[in-house]
Amino acid sequence: MILKPHIEDIKAIGYYLGKIILGLAFTMLIPIIMGFASGEFNPAFDFIISIELTFIAGLFLIKACFTERDLDWMQGMIVVSLAWLAAMFLGAIPLYLSGHWKSYLDASFDAMSGFATTGLTLVNDLDHLSLTHNLWRHLIMFIGGQGIVIIALSFFVKGLAGAFKMYVGEARDERILPNVINTSRFIWLVSIVYLVLGTVALGITGVLNGMKPFNAFFHGACIFMAAFDTGGFAPQSQNILYYHSLPFEVITIVIMILGAINFKLHYHIWTGNRKEIFKNIETRALFITIMVTFFITAMGLSQSGAYPAALMLLRKGFYQLISGHTGTGYQTIYPQQFINEWSNLAMVGVICAMALGGAVCSTTGAIKMLRVGIIFKALLEDIKRIILPERTIVMQKFHHIKEIFLDDKQARAALLITLSYLGLYGLGAIAGMFFGYPFLNSLFESTSAAANVGLSCGITSVTMPVALKITYIIQMWAGRLEFMSVFALLGFLVAIVRGK
Amino acid sequence: MIYKRKTQSVKRKVKMQNLKFLVLSFGFALCALNFTLIYAQPISSTDLINNAKEYDGKIVVYEGEVIGDVMVRGEYAWINLHDNKNAIGIWLPRDLTKGIIYMGNYKAGGDWLEISGIFHRACPEHGGDLDIHAQSLRKIKSGIPTAEKLDLDKRNLIIVLAGVLLLAWILSLLKRR
Repeated sequence: MILKPHIEDIKAIGYYLGKIILGLAFTMLIPIIMGFASGEFNPAFDFIISIELTFIAGLFLIKACFTERDLDWMQGMIVVSLAWLAAMFLGAIPLYLSGHWKSYLDASFDAMSGFATTGLTLVNDLDHLSLTHNLWRHLIMFIGGQGIVIIALSFFVKGLAGAFKMYVGEARDERILPNVINTSRFIWLVSIVYLVLGTVALGITGVLNGMKPFNAFFHGACIFMAAFDTGGFAPQSQNILYYHSLPFEVITIVIMILGAINFKLHYHIWTGNRKEIFKNIETRALFITIMVTFFITAMGLSQSGAYPAALMLLRKGFYQLISGHTGTGYQTIYPQQFINEWSNLAMVGVICAMALGGAVCSTTGAIKMLRVGIIFKALLEDIKRIILPERTIVMQKFHHIKEIFLDDKQARAALLITLSYLGLYGLGAIAGMFFGYPFLNSLFESTSAAANVGLSCGITSVTMPVALKITYIIQMWAGRLEFMSVFALLGFLVAIVRGK
Repeated sequence: MIYKRKTQSVKRKVKMQNLKFLVLSFGFALCALNFTLIYAQPISSTDLINNAKEYDGKIVVYEGEVIGDVMVRGEYAWINLHDNKNAIGIWLPRDLTKGIIYMGNYKAGGDWLEISGIFHRACPEHGGDLDIHAQSLRKIKSGIPTAEKLDLDKRNLIIVLAGVLLLAWILSLLKRR
C-alpha cells in the first residue's frame, strides 16, 4: 500500500527547498556587481529583477513551510530534484530578459544545460551578449558543477543532520571528510584555488595570443569555470575554435582532466598521497578507456581521411575525444563537421567516450569510471569462477583510496545505474529519430545531453522541435542527478495521487 | 573546280585544328585553375562549412562582421568574421588589420569586412582548423558603438518587486512576533 504524504512531509520539503533557493539568489549578486562595474545597466537590471523574484520565492517557501523537522532520505532526494528544477526556472529569468533567447523554454534549456554542466546551447547572437549575462552562463556551470545543494550546505545550512541526505541526492556518493559540510567546503576550496590558477594561466595565454588583457582574463575565468566543471559553455559562438591556439587547447585539456577526477583523489593528492593516482581504479579505468576510445576515433578519422596529417588528426581527434570523455563538450570543430567529415566509426568512438564519463564525486556526468571498473572486476570474478576449480574461493578486490573487496551489492548498484544511463541514451535517441533525425546523429546528441557533455553534431538548435528540447532538458536533469532523486520525486508524485 | 574544292577542305581542316587547339587550351586552363578557382561572389559560412571539401584549397570571397578581438601573432593576425550564421577564423597579414576599428561585442557592432583568400577545410598550418588565409580585405561597412538606453519598464518592475519583497519581509517579521 502506498502511503499518502502528510502535510508535514510537504512542509519539510518546501522549507529546505526555500533555503536552497535563497542560496541561489545570493549568487545573482555576482553578475549584478559585474553589470554595474562594466557599465552594462540593462543587463544588471535583468539580474535585479531575477534576484528579487528568487528572494520572494525563497522567502515564501521558508515562511509558508516553516518546520523544525529534519529531512528523511526520501525528502532529501525530493528537495534535490525540485531544487534543480527551481534553479532552472529561476536561473533562466535573466537569460530570457536579455532578449538573446527566443523563448522562455530556450532560456530554461540553457539554464538547465548550465546547471547540469552540459553545454548544449540555444542562444542567439552569442558574440554580442553582455559580459554580465556571459558571466552568469559560466557561473551557473561552476555552481552546478559543485552542486546547487552544496552551496546551501557550505554557506547557509549549519549543523544540519539531513545535509548528508541532500548531498547524496545530488549524485555525490562519497564524503571526503567525516563531516559533509566540511566536505562541501573542501570542494569549494579546491575549486577556488584551481579557479585562480586556471584563470591566470588562460589569461596570460590569451594575452600572448593577442587578446586585450581584460578580455583575456575574463575569457580565462569563464573558460576555466566551464572547463573545470566539465560544462562546455564559451563566451564566443565558435567555442574554443575562436582562440586558434594550441597552448589554449592544451591548458583546457589539463583543466578538463582535473575536473573529471574525483574530489576525494584531489584531497589525497593535496595531502601528499600522490601514489593514489596510479593505484586508484578510477584513474586506471579513465586511462584505459581514453586509450581505447581514442584508438576507435583515430581509426575512424584515418578511414574517412578527414585529417591528412597525423598531428592534425591527433590535435582534432584527441581534443574532441577528451572533451567528450570528461563530459565537457568544448569543440574545436564545427558541429556539422562531425556529420560531414568524420566517419561513423569516429563518431562511435566519441559516443562511447561520452557515455562513459569521468570519476564519481567529480563534476562529470555519465556512467563514470568507478562503475566501469566495478563492472569489469565483477565480470572478471565471474569468469574466474567458471575457469577455476569449484572449491576455489574467488574474491575480487579493487583499490579506491583503500583496498575494497568487491561484493554483489556494489556490482548490482553499478549495473543498475549503468543500465539506467544506457536506457536514457536510448530513449533520447528514439526521440531524435521520431523527429526525423538519422540514428547516429540522434544517438550522438542524446548521449551528449544525458551524459551532460555538450558536444553537438548540429541537432541542438533554436529551430529543433519543442518536444525534443523538453526531452533533452529531462535527460540533462536526470543524468546530472543520477536518477535516484528523480525516481524519488516520481514516487512522491505517485504517492500524492494514489496514496491512501 | 577541283582545285577550289581542295583548298576549301584544307581550310576546313585548319579551322577544325584551330578549334581543337582552342578547346584543349581551355580544358588545360580549367585544369590549372582548378587549384585556385576563384569564387567571385561572397560565399556564406554555412555553405563553406557544409561543402568544405568542395571549396578546400580554393580562393573564396567571404564577408562578415569582425567579432571579439584582433589577435596579432607576429607578422600575422587572427580575426573572426561572423556572417549572421557562423563565425570563421581569418588568418591575414598584420598590415591588413590596420583599418579595423570596431570589433563586435555587447557595446559595438563590428566592422563588416569582405575578404578574399584561400579556404582550408583542415588547415595544415593551423592544426586542422577550418579557416581562410586572406589575401585581400575590403571594409564594406564601418562598425558602430551601441548606445545603451535604460529600459524604463525594467526599472519600474524592479521598484514594484522591491515593494513586494519589503512587504513580504515585514509580514514575516510580524508573524514571528
